[in-house]
Amino acid sequence: MDMLAGKVKKTSLNLDSAMNPTDVLERPIRLTARDVTVHYGTKQALHGISIDIPDRAVTAFIGPSGCGKSTFLRCINRMNDTIEGAKVGGTIKLDGEDIYAPALDVVELRARIGMVFQKPNPFPKSIYDNVAYGPRIHGLARNKADLDEIVVSSLRKAGLFEEVKDRLQEPGTGLSGGQQQRLCIARAIAVGPEVILMDEPCSALDPIATAVIEELIDELRENYTIVIVTHSMQQAARVSQRTAFFHLGNLIEQGPTEDIFTNPVNKQTQDYIMGRIG
Amino acid sequence: MATDIQTFPEKASSDRTRIIRAGLRRRHLNEQIFRGLGIAAIAVALGFVALLFVDVFRKGIPAFVQSNLHLSVTFDAEVIDVGPAPARGDFASDAEYTAASLKWQRELAMLNWNTIVEASLRKAAPEGFEIDSKQIQTIPETNARHQIREMFVANPSLLGQTVDVDVLASANAANWIRGNINRDLGDAQQQLSAPARQLIDTFVDNGTISNGFAWTIFTNVDSRSAPASAGLLGAFVGTLWMMLIVIVLAVPIGVAAAIYLEEFAPKSRLTDLIEVNINNLAAVPSIVFGLLGAAVFINWFHLPISAPLVGGLVLTLMTLPTIIIATRGALMGVSPALRQAALGMGASKTQMVFHHVLPTTFPSILTATILGVAHALGETAPLLLIGMKAFVASVPATPLDQATALPVQIYLWQGNENRNFFEPRTAAAIMVLLAVMILLNGVAIYLRSRLEKRA
Repeated sequence: MDMLAGKVKKTSLNLDSAMNPTDVLERPIRLTARDVTVHYGTKQALHGISIDIPDRAVTAFIGPSGCGKSTFLRCINRMNDTIEGAKVGGTIKLDGEDIYAPALDVVELRARIGMVFQKPNPFPKSIYDNVAYGPRIHGLARNKADLDEIVVSSLRKAGLFEEVKDRLQEPGTGLSGGQQQRLCIARAIAVGPEVILMDEPCSALDPIATAVIEELIDELRENYTIVIVTHSMQQAARVSQRTAFFHLGNLIEQGPTEDIFTNPVNKQTQDYIMGRIG
Repeated sequence: MATDIQTFPEKASSDRTRIIRAGLRRRHLNEQIFRGLGIAAIAVALGFVALLFVDVFRKGIPAFVQSNLHLSVTFDAEVIDVGPAPARGDFASDAEYTAASLKWQRELAMLNWNTIVEASLRKAAPEGFEIDSKQIQTIPETNARHQIREMFVANPSLLGQTVDVDVLASANAANWIRGNINRDLGDAQQQLSAPARQLIDTFVDNGTISNGFAWTIFTNVDSRSAPASAGLLGAFVGTLWMMLIVIVLAVPIGVAAAIYLEEFAPKSRLTDLIEVNINNLAAVPSIVFGLLGAAVFINWFHLPISAPLVGGLVLTLMTLPTIIIATRGALMGVSPALRQAALGMGASKTQMVFHHVLPTTFPSILTATILGVAHALGETAPLLLIGMKAFVASVPATPLDQATALPVQIYLWQGNENRNFFEPRTAAAIMVLLAVMILLNGVAIYLRSRLEKRA
């Protein structure tokens, strides 16, 4: 208990220095979810989730395993579409546009909302081709020089360029776990998305690689709207400005990260933060 | 939590250790028994394969040796009295020249070339050796006279000259030389007459008959009248045509069907039904496909009988389920992480399949395909039903020509009445078929390891 309080305190110090004092919700809202439900067959996985996700800030989803946080994340770029028998209800809007509207092309949506997965999953291709893949399929580069430029700048933004600049043609799968995950982030950035979804991006990484990724997320939020699902409350406290706590398919509480960790309103949130559930 | 174990009573802990130890012996023994059984199973399988190879090789190698008769042939002008070959210059038009040439060749064919063969044999025999004309003709293979006539057609200036020619010894003579025939049997039970047998032995002693590598087995087509000259070329080319058709049809159709079923088709009752049917088709006896081919391709589409095209179509039908099932298996094995990565980047489903899923599964699909084709290569039963077991003494120039196939050639030679001579030939044909299969499998393994290294 004491240990945890110390951590939270330390985190809040970080927050004070890292972000502006006003709540990030005062910024423009990029994503709006209202009464989102998800059914897998007859089983309901999400019960009426409503949340606003602000521009250029990190929003963290926390909660115990199976609480629905990843399921909700996957609704945002419609990855749930690929799961047999999944049914999504409610509305999610990106800049006021319903992403489940029949007219909306899911391919375009996913170019605007990038995703980084739990396990680093670079393509079994060269580092260069991994990053170049998105721009290639979406036709974003006019020529080879353009593409080179995109690849290098994406790798730079992902903080990977210096480590791999001499071996861009080597397979991406040959990198270490942390490097692979940064490659996946570079790959997502290369398309120029507005939102980046991260599904427990550090859960397969060691603490040092995790620290590097967290630092990267902190830098990326200046340009991107980031939603991160994490198991680790410390991680949520370190990287996010807003936190939403999920439990058993319900969104229990959301608010500025500092408030959630220091002054949770809901009893369940309190219990989770204190380590009593989870 | 961590203190739980220490609070357990001392005695109970030692009890547990004892129980675990008591069970260990049995568990290790079970493992050893299983390993032993596994090794035994592999040994038995390898043993049978080795036995097959040793047997086939032991029997087949003599077929690669042929007995050649070295004759000095005189193109006797008294026998060949058809006049000079027509020359182009003497005729006004090409048509007239062709007609005259054909007439000249027909006249040549009417001659008794056996007289010339016999004369050269008698020249090689010891002086005063008594053997009648019919008996001496059993020593060379019956195609010797055609061979000599063709030499003359190609080069009419040989008239009156004497040249050295190698002709094949007959199958019976070859049997006698190789000791395939019991030399102690009486005249009544021998294929060759006593003087012929004696002359053959003399020829072997004086070097008129010698053994050489039987290239003819690869360069000749099948023959019944001249068994010693029977070769595999026709069957081999027939098989190549069929393999070509199988590869061109079964591979793209099979892979495309598998990709559609696995990646695009909605999961419904209909697709379930299709899946069950494909699995069942893979288990249908191949002879049934032969019946289907006879009924559909020959009776209905009126495709020619005995044609490699029909054979190829039948084998395509037979191979399709194998390729579909193997390809689907390979696609199913692709990790969901790769698919999600592609979809998450905004790749469409088609892009996901063709940019990521197919390249990673390509080696397995290729291997499965080659193995499926190799399987079709060895198939005999369906070919029997579409007329490909007919005796065909020509190389099929197109897939619509009559032809046979390697496995069917094995079947035909196995049934030949000259068992003594054709047993090695059957084994030799098996060796060629096995070589083609090992080659195909080798290519599969090579491509697989190469592609996997690259990935």
